Amino acid sequence: MKKSSAILAVAALVSSTAMVNAETLKWARAGDALTLDPHSQNEGPSHTMRHQMYEPLIIRDTSGAFVPTLATDWAPSADNPNVWVFNLRKGVKFHDGADFTAEDVVFSFERAKQPNSDMKELIGSITAVRAVDDHTVEIETSGPNPILPSNLTNLFMMDKGWTEANNTVNVQDFEGGEITFATTNVNGTGAYRLVSREPDVKTVMVRNEEYWGRNDFPMEVSEIIYTPIQNAATRVAALLSGEVNFLQDMPVQDLARVDSADGLMVKQAPQNRVIFFGMNQGADDIEADNVEGKNPLADVRVRKAMSMAINRDAIRQVVMRGQSQPAGMIAPPFVNGWTAAMDGESSTDLEGAKALMAEAGYGDGFSIRLDCPNDRYINDEAICQAAVGMLGQIGITVNLDAIPKAQHFPKITDSKTDFYMLGWGVPTYDSEYIFNFLVHGRESDIGTWNGTGFNNADLNATIKSLASNTDLDARNADIASIWRVVQDEQLYIPIHHQVLNWGMGENVGIEVDPEDQPRVKFFTMK
Amino acid sequence: MLPFILKRVFQSILVLVITGAIAFSMFTFVGDPIDNMLGQERTMEDVERLRAQLGLDKPIPVQYFKFLNEAAQGNFGVSYRQGREVSEIIMERAPATLELAALSAIFAIVMGIALGVFTAIRRDGFAAHFIMSASLIGVSLPTFLIGILLIYMFSVELGWLPSFGRGEVVEIGGWTTGFLTESGRKALILPAITLGLYQMTLIMRLVRSEMLEVLRQDYIRFARARGLSERVINFRHALKNTMVPVITVIGLQLGAIIAFAIITETVFQWPGLGLLFINAIQFVDIPVMAAYLMMISVMFVVINLLVDILYAFIDPRLRVSAK
Repeated sequence: MKKSSAILAVAALVSSTAMVNAETLKWARAGDALTLDPHSQNEGPSHTMRHQMYEPLIIRDTSGAFVPTLATDWAPSADNPNVWVFNLRKGVKFHDGADFTAEDVVFSFERAKQPNSDMKELIGSITAVRAVDDHTVEIETSGPNPILPSNLTNLFMMDKGWTEANNTVNVQDFEGGEITFATTNVNGTGAYRLVSREPDVKTVMVRNEEYWGRNDFPMEVSEIIYTPIQNAATRVAALLSGEVNFLQDMPVQDLARVDSADGLMVKQAPQNRVIFFGMNQGADDIEADNVEGKNPLADVRVRKAMSMAINRDAIRQVVMRGQSQPAGMIAPPFVNGWTAAMDGESSTDLEGAKALMAEAGYGDGFSIRLDCPNDRYINDEAICQAAVGMLGQIGITVNLDAIPKAQHFPKITDSKTDFYMLGWGVPTYDSEYIFNFLVHGRESDIGTWNGTGFNNADLNATIKSLASNTDLDARNADIASIWRVVQDEQLYIPIHHQVLNWGMGENVGIEVDPEDQPRVKFFTMK
Repeated sequence: MLPFILKRVFQSILVLVITGAIAFSMFTFVGDPIDNMLGQERTMEDVERLRAQLGLDKPIPVQYFKFLNEAAQGNFGVSYRQGREVSEIIMERAPATLELAALSAIFAIVMGIALGVFTAIRRDGFAAHFIMSASLIGVSLPTFLIGILLIYMFSVELGWLPSFGRGEVVEIGGWTTGFLTESGRKALILPAITLGLYQMTLIMRLVRSEMLEVLRQDYIRFARARGLSERVINFRHALKNTMVPVITVIGLQLGAIIAFAIITETVFQWPGLGLLFINAIQFVDIPVMAAYLMMISVMFVVINLLVDILYAFIDPRLRVSAK
């Protein structure tokens, strides 16, 4: 496999101890990290890169459960309901040899709250972070925050001393084009150290032999060479030719080919992302249809009929080649509040749908425009095309407008669409996140992605109360009742949960992470 | 000669300003960059603040004027996607594209002229017929397909050459080169052939038809009658006289090689300007798109200008009429 003498040359630079069992992970995916600054750009590929070298207090495993990382345990304070106490791991060192202490945690939280930070929204409820002793930290929030730990899984810890010494205390001004020491250099506590990086071309990392968990995790990869390859066919060719042995962003049409190739395999798992259609029910009359003076989408019977017209199994088999899981609610299965019963609530019933349409006074159907992205979700445009045919069967003539994501999403946030496709992932693994963005009535800082015009004052109040409800049973009951309304109103038409595919050499051992965040310290190389 | 050049330079500047204006008016249709720059958790205030900060709330002519004004001072702004100076990114990416373009151009010119002359002289031979038929593939197949076919043949099936990237590069005073390492040279082969194939077939067919034309001329017959060797006739007399139209095409195609390296660079993940531009379009990275388009139009205008001037030197008749 090691064809390239260049790779050997780089490997030779690695300290001689690493040469004992040198295993190189040649890793490719479509995009590159935008910056290495841990608190700039809250974005998938950037976080993936950071996760190899920096660490947060807590991470999640592939089932979504918390795994202690730089914190060993955490609990709400017994004295003050607004405070969480985190106990930090002892004996952890940064790559430059400095000790990891409570002071670094306090510093990192303060840095992540700076105006230029992209992580500030996630920790907006935090009012103070205090070091109790070297290995204990108290985090105070503006009110009780039962799900605070959920917001910390991508919040990376930096070394205060290193940051100050290198004049990089401030988060980079990304939009202003600022390059700071931290955008191109790394000093984390993570399992890999940065060797070299050319943005959009190549990033090389080597194993951190002094890592605190060196003996607790497999850590069988001694060197990582990360290369973004945008073109899907080239990406697959690189895997087939052995120039790459680990691939994210596998194109669905090449899965069978890769899986059947000698020495390669594909692993899959449901992704933390659900795909659905939104309908503008709030307007009196909508622009995108041919019905004058009223809005057919305002009638719940029409919305139900539309959902019943969608054949999710056909989409799964034909459009997705089996790579999806039909959905009945707009929450991914790992999320608190998801139930199998609700996720099974969508069914296909053309006769029932036609009857509902007739009952609502639209027996002859109507026509409407469907706005759809063509470069955001797996086979997004093809799903919309399938829906056009399916809705046609109950008399709804759909005009499809499939456009790039950069044009599609502004339509949703600016209320320029009445019928649209959207996908949603839930980084906090809690339904509150979905409600805040997709169910709460649209205001400037909440309900920003709710393009349905749905705005129910009672429901809004319940959603807002979730943030500080520390009685978890009562909170879960509220979540269930909100979901009931969303389901009964047919606020959205769920389509499916996406499935993630990773391609790899047969010697590479790793399970697919639902958030598409591989962490190389868990990899085995046989 | 000088008024001729001045007139051309003035025209060129006008073309540049108009191209820029068209480009800027197109950017609004590409999408909203704000959406890509802020995560899904952003609030409406964040959106408005960033829009104002980037000056995207201003009308297009104002944005264009600001761009021209700053570009004239050498400032092309900051990439929305990478958060770095556009001029710095372009300088970093240019060597990859220029090396690839240079190699493709050499491949296209040398092979194109050689095969063109060969097929013209041996016009009825089997080899000439074969080359002519095969060259149809080069003209008719789209670049990305040729690239993918080459990758499957030489990387996946045979495993001889890399399927993506530049290999190891050596940096010499701000210029990165792949010519000095083995992996760098290997990485150049497939993209250079992919990029140069169309130009090669074009030059070959042009040289062939021009040669055939010239070989029918009286002075060639007289040369034969004088008893000159075939070599002298073919290369000193015939080929030389076919070169005027060929140079024009080569000049224009050189620009095309750089400008249309986009597809080849995407297929081979070649870290050059074309890939940069494709990324910029997907992300609606307006500063990068604007700088790239301006750079390409400057290049085309300059090449055209040089070709015009070169003409005047090769063909004295043009010099006379220009006065």
